[in-house]
Amino acid sequence: MTSPNNATLLQVEGLSKKFSVAGRWPWQKRTLSAVNDISFSIAPGETLSLVGESGCGKSTAGRMLVGLTAPSAGRILFEGQDLSGQTASQQRAMRRRIQLIFQDPYGSLNPRMTVGELIAEPALLHGLADRRSANDRVAELLGLVGLAKRHAGRYPHEFSGGQRQRIGIARALAVEPRLIVCDEPVSALDVSVQAQIVNLLQSLQDRLGLSYLFISHGLSVVRHISHRVAVMYLGNIVEIGPKAAIFDQPSHPYTRALLAAAPVPRPGARQASVALAGDMPSPLDPPSGCRFHPRCPFAIERCRREIPALTPGGDGRLVACHRWQEIPAFQANAPGAQHAPKTTRLLALYRQAAANSNSRMSSN
Amino acid sequence: MTPDVPLIEVRGLRVGFHTSGGTVAAVDDVDFSVRTGETLAIVGESGSGKSVMSLSLLRLVPSAITSGEILFHGEDLLAKPAHAMRDIRGGRIGMIFQEPNTSLNPVQTIGDQIVEAIQLHEAVGKAAARARAVEVLELTGIPSPKARMRSYPHELSGGMRQRAMIAMALACRPELLIADEPTTALDVTVQAQILDLMRELKANSGAAIILITHDLGVVAEMADRVAVMYAGRIVEIAPVTDLFDGPEHPYTIGLLSSMPSIDGDSDTLTPIEGSMPDPLALPAGCRFQPRCPFAIKRCAVEAPPLETVRPGHLSACWRAPLLETLTRGGQQ
Repeated sequence: MTSPNNATLLQVEGLSKKFSVAGRWPWQKRTLSAVNDISFSIAPGETLSLVGESGCGKSTAGRMLVGLTAPSAGRILFEGQDLSGQTASQQRAMRRRIQLIFQDPYGSLNPRMTVGELIAEPALLHGLADRRSANDRVAELLGLVGLAKRHAGRYPHEFSGGQRQRIGIARALAVEPRLIVCDEPVSALDVSVQAQIVNLLQSLQDRLGLSYLFISHGLSVVRHISHRVAVMYLGNIVEIGPKAAIFDQPSHPYTRALLAAAPVPRPGARQASVALAGDMPSPLDPPSGCRFHPRCPFAIERCRREIPALTPGGDGRLVACHRWQEIPAFQANAPGAQHAPKTTRLLALYRQAAANSNSRMSSN
Repeated sequence: MTPDVPLIEVRGLRVGFHTSGGTVAAVDDVDFSVRTGETLAIVGESGSGKSVMSLSLLRLVPSAITSGEILFHGEDLLAKPAHAMRDIRGGRIGMIFQEPNTSLNPVQTIGDQIVEAIQLHEAVGKAAARARAVEVLELTGIPSPKARMRSYPHELSGGMRQRAMIAMALACRPELLIADEPTTALDVTVQAQILDLMRELKANSGAAIILITHDLGVVAEMADRVAVMYAGRIVEIAPVTDLFDGPEHPYTIGLLSSMPSIDGDSDTLTPIEGSMPDPLALPAGCRFQPRCPFAIKRCAVEAPPLETVRPGHLSACWRAPLLETLTRGGQQ
């Protein structure tokens, strides 16, 4: 894994998105605040994850970065330039540098185009290849994502889910982006295929120096792939910081609840959880004060009135909670949350044998 | 409770489909049993046949050619007439599906749907059925159950809808509950609530559960025993602790190695190479052998039977017990 340097590739400041929706009657308009004043930055070669449950605004945030949704307020600075104050042609050149990978690759691939055409299209549109050089570029990109040259002539329906996600990645890479917004890229895939795609994303990051905004609700994958993590709840970032800080010593009660709720593949390892009661409230009618207070086991009167601001909370994190210093320390993983010794040995043998058989295959 | 007689026993179950390319066996010669009060998890990836199998236990796949025996209290469900099956479905065997959205009727209130389910199976009056419906809704932790009786499915959140589904499945006090990916569509905090609820309900009612899932984390929390399916067959079946603390099939190990480690400290994941075989062109011998890093010559020739490795722990692998075989072979 590359260690990201300190320069900033993307800087997001006070980004908000409000949607106007019909109220009780069609002529009554109500405001739905999907993303509420969020700020973060991403360094070159860095992966920042946005985690949270459905309706927290993480996908809307990603869509604003790639220009699919216009922000209501706030600035997006990419390589130091503000994306909003630009002419159409400037924007187009910038947009090329930020690409998007979708959850459902099949829905995003035109079924009547061959894979070769699909991958060549963005490069041709942006003038990065001409008709003659396109074939070589397609072959190169297919190789990069672990598909074969012969796949270029086939159609999307002939591929499995994992292979389609590879095609989606190749398409994103075709225009030489620096940042890829990955919106739940592995959530629809089987676990064994998930691992293939996660490994591919990591090796591409190493080779090409890509940055990722990784949007996901799958905590174990997020823990594996990220450098930094931002936790969102009802449109707000409630905690953001280095991966180790978030996962080992989560400060915000919501981050703790998320971690405690994730099932662990070892019988008896998950502690009797503080199962969070209730559902996420509607963003049309958000609670007063801290938006998490109705579900928070530590809420006090102050939480009902005052909205907590993101403040430094140790280990390089920011946390939006009035009480993070007072609440009891989080018991991260129980000591039993590791595989049994025998399983650990079998896993090591499996990895070794898999590596051997891979090198045998590639040498043939 | 008679612990020695299984509640449901499946013998040599085969579920096939006619396709333009020939007959495909989605489930191929599967045996297992579940006792009263037990939770059996069936794990596998898409295409493993786990969902088709769970549906065919209730004969819910009309186009399938099903053979074998499904003994429920010793009576073969496959030999029953259609009207007898209607009594069993939703009555003595309840079912929970992945998508509460598509399995609830959108133009009927939650209350009416539960009442209908109760009255279909039991000769009770409307008032008594409504009272029972409120009672089961309350049991599943739905706030203000009386008001929710009048709600339509679209007025509820995903977690609430799944609770309503569970209430409906429980309304007739089933002896066996088949849950097909009951929490896959839900967020993790809601998933934790639903899993807690299912555990609690099982403890109170003593019903057996067949839980179909792809998530090994959910399995570890819920199951008493686990069956791992691959390409239509059970490749490993064992008590839950035994399976996680000493897996005996390379596919099970592959699934575990594909997951990011529990403490989050590994650098690369080891996925299972390749993909699930085409059911029309299954590999010779063991079906997992083309993707198996431990495969030997014999694996490509002879299909391994599901055999006991340790008491209660069965694996269909020529190389089981794995740790002993692999370390003896000088593979250190």
